[in-house]
Amino acid sequence: MKISARRVDQATILDVSGNIDMSNSPEVRKALLREIGQKGVSRVALNLTGVGYIDSSGVASLVEGLKASRETGSRFVLFGLNDSAREVLKISRLLKLFEVYDDETQAIAS
Amino acid sequence: MTPIAAKQPRDMKKSSKSSRAFLLKLELRSHPTLLCVIRGALEPLMEMLGFTGEHNRAIIRAVDEAVSNIMRHSYHGRLDQPIEIYCSRLERRTNGETEQGVEILLFDCGPAVDTTKLVARPLDELRPGGLGLHIIRGSMDTVQYKRAGRLNRLRLVKFARSLKDERGSEEEKQS
Repeated sequence: MKISARRVDQATILDVSGNIDMSNSPEVRKALLREIGQKGVSRVALNLTGVGYIDSSGVASLVEGLKASRETGSRFVLFGLNDSAREVLKISRLLKLFEVYDDETQAIAS
Repeated sequence: MTPIAAKQPRDMKKSSKSSRAFLLKLELRSHPTLLCVIRGALEPLMEMLGFTGEHNRAIIRAVDEAVSNIMRHSYHGRLDQPIEIYCSRLERRTNGETEQGVEILLFDCGPAVDTTKLVARPLDELRPGGLGLHIIRGSMDTVQYKRAGRLNRLRLVKFARSLKDERGSEEEKQS
């Protein structure tokens, strides 16, 4: 799995590629919390376009990111989810709690 | 690596209504980097058994979560402990139709699981963790835990399709 951050205006895009499971979800969690905690960042968008699989530990990292964003008053949004990622969020009844967009343009413009 | 399961599943015809055929055994250590190997092995096998798309992903998700739970809770993060996974094709006849399915047995040598703790947490609260069991139950038709001697055994079953329906659709295509 690879994860990298880039700035677009006041937003940070976190690009993740590969699979997220218990072997690497702590890296996702760490990156998310780091970016959400940055001063001057009003929005963190997680790009899951390149993620083929995400397990419950990955979902837990997303939940931690959402909670942290609520505490800091920033926004945490997701985009580029494949069927597998949507299904695991749906089965966890979390899909409606996250702001989910199809692509980066929508995620930034919303 | 010495096999841990004392009784391996065998081909059997339980009755005229159901049968099981052993297909694949995976032996691995409790290292999280092997999770992707399990997923990679199971995907084509489930396709071969007729599970496509959402059903295929559901089975892989359930097994991945079950193995993750073994690594985390049964072995407490130790990386060198044995896990065995057995996959068998199931067939059952109901109402004149034959359904194909899969039975997946997972064995580990960890301490007995406290079954009173095998309860999925409520999903109406926003907190990380505790989702694995919910995902497993939501993905499979049957989820059964059993202590088998010194082993933990988790049995996962999912049925896919009606062969009668499939034959019917093939006949329609050909006509």
